[in-house]
Amino acid sequence: MSEMKIVSGNYAAAYGSKLSRAEVVAAYPITPQTEVVEKIAQLVAEGEMDAEFIKVESEHSAMAASIAASNAGARAFTATSAHGLALMHELLMWASGARLPVVMTNINRAMGPPWSVWADHHDTLAQKGTGQLQFFCENNQEVLDSVIMAYKICEDEEIMLPAMIVEDAFILSHTKEPVEIYDQELVDDFLPSYDPDYKLDVDQPLGFGSLGMPDWYMDFRYKIFEAMEKVPEKVEEVNQEFKEVFGRDPGGLIEEYKTDGVDVLIVTMGSISSTSKDVIDELREEGHNIGLARLRTFRPFPVEKFRELIKGVNVVGVLDRNYTFGHGGDAAREIKDAIYGHHEPIVKDYIVGLGGRDLTPKILKNIMEDAIALQDKGLDKEIEWVDLKVNQKRWRR
Amino acid sequence: MSEEEDVFRIVIDPKDHRDLPRTVITDCPSDLMNKTGSWRTLRPIVDKDKCIKCGICWKFCPDVSIHVKEEGAEVDYDFCKGCGICAKECPVDAIEMKKEEDYV
Amino acid sequence: MIEIRFHGRGGQGSVIASELLARAAFAEEKDVQSFPMYGVERRGAPVTAFTRIDENVVRDKSKIHTPDIVIVLDMALLDSVDVTEGLKPDGKIILNTGKPPEEVDLGVDNPKYTVDASEIAVKHGLGSKVAPIVNTAILGAVVKATGIVDIETLVDVIKEHAPAKKEENAKAAEEAYEKVRGEKDE
Repeated sequence: MSEMKIVSGNYAAAYGSKLSRAEVVAAYPITPQTEVVEKIAQLVAEGEMDAEFIKVESEHSAMAASIAASNAGARAFTATSAHGLALMHELLMWASGARLPVVMTNINRAMGPPWSVWADHHDTLAQKGTGQLQFFCENNQEVLDSVIMAYKICEDEEIMLPAMIVEDAFILSHTKEPVEIYDQELVDDFLPSYDPDYKLDVDQPLGFGSLGMPDWYMDFRYKIFEAMEKVPEKVEEVNQEFKEVFGRDPGGLIEEYKTDGVDVLIVTMGSISSTSKDVIDELREEGHNIGLARLRTFRPFPVEKFRELIKGVNVVGVLDRNYTFGHGGDAAREIKDAIYGHHEPIVKDYIVGLGGRDLTPKILKNIMEDAIALQDKGLDKEIEWVDLKVNQKRWRR
Repeated sequence: MSEEEDVFRIVIDPKDHRDLPRTVITDCPSDLMNKTGSWRTLRPIVDKDKCIKCGICWKFCPDVSIHVKEEGAEVDYDFCKGCGICAKECPVDAIEMKKEEDYV
Repeated sequence: MIEIRFHGRGGQGSVIASELLARAAFAEEKDVQSFPMYGVERRGAPVTAFTRIDENVVRDKSKIHTPDIVIVLDMALLDSVDVTEGLKPDGKIILNTGKPPEEVDLGVDNPKYTVDASEIAVKHGLGSKVAPIVNTAILGAVVKATGIVDIETLVDVIKEHAPAKKEENAKAAEEAYEKVRGEKDE
C-alpha cells in the first residue's frame, strides 16, 4: 500500500533507493547527507531493504565500490555532498566512461573555504563535465521520484550512464514535508530488475576498463556522446510513463510553470523554484506577463527545449545559485550557448543564494521586477550578484 | 577589558565585502571564546593511582585535552568533549567515563 | 499560512516539537513543513525550529522571518536570543515558565501564555530535573493558546510518533493544555 509520510529530503532519497531495490549501497557520511545512509542502514538492518551496505573509508571509495558493484550486475546507490563529491571526482568520470548506471544523490552544499554546510549549486555544477546525468529537485517528493526514474533511464541499454539526483542542503535534505511512499509492487512494475549484458562474472570472465589506444579511444567516447544524445527523449518518455503510473509529473527536462506566451521568463533550479512560483503568481495577478521555467535536467542540457521555450520571450532572468569564477553563472551561460543563432532575448544572470543565503519571496520579487524592467531599459548588467552585504538594501526593500 | 574582549581587538567589524580579508582568517586563539567542554555529556575521570604516565591518552586525544603531569594524566575540562577515546585506549584502565550531569 | 518558531536548547526536543505539530496539522489535512535552523548541532546550544501550516500547498521554502507564533522552551535563552524578533504584531508567544504571563516582560505587546512545562515533564518522568524534555508539554499549551490543531489530534500524533514514553508524553501534553494561562484568562 502506498502511504503518505512526513519525511525529510534525505529520507525521501533513502526510500527512493529502497523502492528501487538498490542492491549495494556504499557510502561515507558528510553533513548534510548523513541521514540518507543512516536511514538506508536502518532499513537494511531491520530487514526492510535487501541490500548490501558497505561502510567505506571515503567518498572516493564509495564511488569505487559502487562502480564495482554495478559492474558485477548489482543496482548500486550512493550519496554525498560538496567536498565528498569533489573527492569522488575521478570516479564520477570513471562511472560514465565505464558505462555504468550508478545512481547517487548529491546534497547541494557550498564548497569551502569559507567552510559552509549550506545550500549552493556549485558542487554539483563543478562536476557537470564528468559525463553524469544531473537532475535538480524542487521538493522531497521529486527526490524520491527521481531516484526511481533515474534507474529506469540509466539502465536502458542505449543509455547506460550514471546519474546524480540533486537536492538542496537543509532546505530539502532536512526539511520534513509530506511525501508519498509508493506501493513496492507499483514500483516493481515500473522498474524492472537490473540485468546488464556484460558484467563481472567468474563463470564468464571478462576484463573491464582497459587501455584504449589513440586509434580507438575517441570512438568509444563517441558512443557516450550518442548515448547522451538519446537521454533527453528518454527523460521525457520515462517522465510520461511515471505520470501515468504514479499520477504525478516530476517535471521531465524543464518544468514549464505558466510559460505560455510570456514576455519575461524566469529560470530557476532546485528549491528556489518552489518559493518562486508563489512570486510568479503574485506578479501575474499584478498584470505582468511572466512565467517560470524550472530547469530540472542540467545534464544533458535541454538545448532543443530551451530554444522552443524562449520563442517570443523578451527577457530571460536566470537565477544561478552558483558561480564559476572567470566564467559566470552556469545556467545562464549554458542557456546563452543553447540559444545562440536562434531567437536571442535579453538574458540576465542573477547570482543568488550562495552558501545558503536565504531567498525570501521579497528578494525573489525584486529580482523578477528587475527582469521585467529590462524590457524597457535594456540589459544593464550581464551578471548581477544579488543580496550581497553591499547591495542588501536594494534587494530587500 | 576582559580576556574575551581582548581577543577581538584586532578583528575588524566588516560592513561588506570590501572590509573583508581575501579569505576567511580567524584571530588566534579562537578557543578562548569557544570552550568546547560545555559540549560534554560524559566526562573522563582519571584514577591517578592506576595511571602509569605512559602518555597514550595524550597521544590519542583528538582535542589535546588530556596532559601527563607529575601526578598522572590530567583532563582539561574546559575543552574535553567527552569522546571517550582516552578511556578506551588507556592500557591500564585508569580512565572511566562518568555522567557529566553528576559533576556539574 | 501560519508560521511558527520554536526556541530551545539542543536536547530539549524543539525539533521534534516542530515535527509533531506538523504531523498533527497534516492529520487534519493541512499541508505542512518543518525544519530546524540548520547548522552544526550539539547539545546545549540554542536551537531554533520551524513549522509552516497551510490549507493550501506550501511552496515557500525560504526561512521564516515573521512568525505568527513563537514558542520558548527554555527561559534562559532570553539572555542570548531575541525570541520576539520578527514576531507579527498580533503574534502569540507561549513560554515554558511557572510565572504568570503578566510577570513576563519581553518588551512587546503580544499576547503571552505561560505554562510550567518543566514541572509537568518531570512529573511524567520525561527527562531529568536538570534536563526535562518539555516539548510535548509545551505543545499541549500551544494547542490551547492558539487552537491551531485539536488536542485529540495532537495526543494521537504524540502516541504514534513520540520516540519513547508515548503515554507519558501524551499525558504531559494534556496536562499542559489544561494548565496554560493567558494574560486575561478566557
